[in-house]
Amino acid sequence: MSIFINKDTKLVVQGITGRDGSFHTRQMMEYGTNVVAGVTPGKGGQKFEDKVPVFNTVYDAVAATGANTSVIYVPPMGAADAIMEAVDAGCAMVVCITEGVPVLDMTKVYPFVKERGARLLGANCPGIISPGESKVGIIPGRICMPGNVGVVSRSGTLTYEVVYQLTRAGLGQTTCVGIGGDPINGTNFIDCLEAFEKDPKTKAVAMMGEIGGTDEQEAADFVKHHMKKPVVGFIAGQTAPPGRRMGHAGAIISGSAGTAAEKIEAFKAAGIGVAVRPMDFVELIKAKLN
Amino acid sequence: MNIHEYQAKDIFKGFGVPVPDGKVATTPAEAEAIATAYGVPVMVKAQVHVGGRGKAGGVKFCKTPADAKEKATAILGMQIKGLTVEKVLVTVAADIGSEAYVGIIVDRKRKKPVFMVSAAGGIDIEQVAAETPEKILYLPVDTRYGLRSYEAMRMGFFLYSDVKLAKQAARIMQQLYQAFMASGCSLAEINPLVATPTGECIAVDGKMVIDDNELDRRPEIEALRDVSSEAPSEVDARNNNLTFIKLDGNVGCVVNGAGLAMATMDLVKYYGGDPANFLDIGGSSNPEKVVNALRIITADPNVKCILFNIFGGITRTDDVANGIVTATRANPLKVPIVIRLTGTNEEIAMKILTDNGFSASADMDEAVIKAVKLAQGGQAA
Repeated sequence: MSIFINKDTKLVVQGITGRDGSFHTRQMMEYGTNVVAGVTPGKGGQKFEDKVPVFNTVYDAVAATGANTSVIYVPPMGAADAIMEAVDAGCAMVVCITEGVPVLDMTKVYPFVKERGARLLGANCPGIISPGESKVGIIPGRICMPGNVGVVSRSGTLTYEVVYQLTRAGLGQTTCVGIGGDPINGTNFIDCLEAFEKDPKTKAVAMMGEIGGTDEQEAADFVKHHMKKPVVGFIAGQTAPPGRRMGHAGAIISGSAGTAAEKIEAFKAAGIGVAVRPMDFVELIKAKLN
Repeated sequence: MNIHEYQAKDIFKGFGVPVPDGKVATTPAEAEAIATAYGVPVMVKAQVHVGGRGKAGGVKFCKTPADAKEKATAILGMQIKGLTVEKVLVTVAADIGSEAYVGIIVDRKRKKPVFMVSAAGGIDIEQVAAETPEKILYLPVDTRYGLRSYEAMRMGFFLYSDVKLAKQAARIMQQLYQAFMASGCSLAEINPLVATPTGECIAVDGKMVIDDNELDRRPEIEALRDVSSEAPSEVDARNNNLTFIKLDGNVGCVVNGAGLAMATMDLVKYYGGDPANFLDIGGSSNPEKVVNALRIITADPNVKCILFNIFGGITRTDDVANGIVTATRANPLKVPIVIRLTGTNEEIAMKILTDNGFSASADMDEAVIKAVKLAQGGQAA
């Protein structure tokens, strides 16, 4: 079992003929992801790698192939439109890899996606992988292995680091999710924790957060009140110097500075195991599983 | 991106927000001339990208043009939180009846821009939020519909019982919202919004922070960037698509990805060292980025050891290895280098490095321990 994507995922790639899109589509196909369609306006009728049909619109792609999930590799100024197109065409799951999407665009996209009952992951995220079943995005497949640890993270390469260490220690994963670090993202820690709690295969969760905001504190609160499965957490930026603040309003709105110390306290109060170093995940998770 | 108060007020003015007359000066003589032209009293205000200017002595009230010249002499060149004041805004001093606070910020939790307004304005708004939250009205805006008239009026009447002032304030809310959206802001603030004894609303101080992701489509806003107010090494890094923040330690870090970069700094500290910087070479790699990263890091005389920590996903580790070889061939390193590489094309990268006399490990903790030891003048294990 896994969360959000599995072997029934039928993927359409928006921006399949671009530099990043084509590279990562090949990687996903090699991993075994069922890539059923690509979209690049104006290139409809072509075939990608002589296999995957390319369409002009997501509507056409969904109608012809029954795609249920989309992954987006388009430039940042077109990303908001691409997300809305995918959701409007009926994709229930949309993963936006694109980095640099303006936050005001996301204030319009977010309610649009919610009102249509779809799930958005990202933007500015590495995507998601359910080892052995499907990979959507850019997480390197060979660092993962099937198992029973759920992984959720705000970071990209830090996720790889932790997954790599887990795999080396023989701790496989059900699903690894990179939720992205943008201020407004489609899926947050709590969405993933809730899904992992319900997933029968997942026995423990590794969660990697960062300084800034209060997402990790809210996640800790969720763990405390709604989760029975063990969770181990890490906060990056424990030694980062306080940044230049966003005027008065930043501190007022969150009611907190979002420091690592605050987040680690919240983890401890919720019974979450605290990994001081990325390598500490291995022993902490092993201990929780026994 | 931060912009200066005078730039924010220019934008406000363009959308109809009333602001006091004023102009920016770079010399005391200019400040005197502006005070003469607009009439005294004036305020002379340091233009730097930090808060707390007033408390640092960077904002002064001046009764005469000669006074403005004298105060400008004192403020220009002053250091405020490490930044040198290069410009002052000379602006007509408003007659203050009462001071309110108006801010809009994109809120991660509500996933919308949220207005915050309070009749208890001035410098201690954070204290108001902490101690008397009921004195602040929070109003989230659905950007698909924009700020509705009734919402603006609600904020106007929250601030003023006087109908004329409330209506003026409501109009200012609309204008500020327009300015916020049109400039691609993540924050816009009027603090204080002053009501004069004669019943006029006026924005006496203004602040805007622009979402960096907006700058590609807003060249007119990008043009407001003041590079003289940023560290030269940070400007250099940005021009080469690197994210760099200078710190005080001696282990120079080159990492791909912000989360891993922070985790690497944490690990340097954990093992008893001190990072010299935060440097994220970003996702897609090319050798040129690595060359630039090394140039920026080695320019810091405090750096006693360089630590590469690269986990290749989108980044190809062979690109990084080629960058290291190219950069060090052109400019041989004067300090030791420790390389940790793993991920995409790792075998090719390792071969490039060993063929050129470098060694590399695949383990993060091992590399960090070694770098810390070398930076402290010890021998590598």
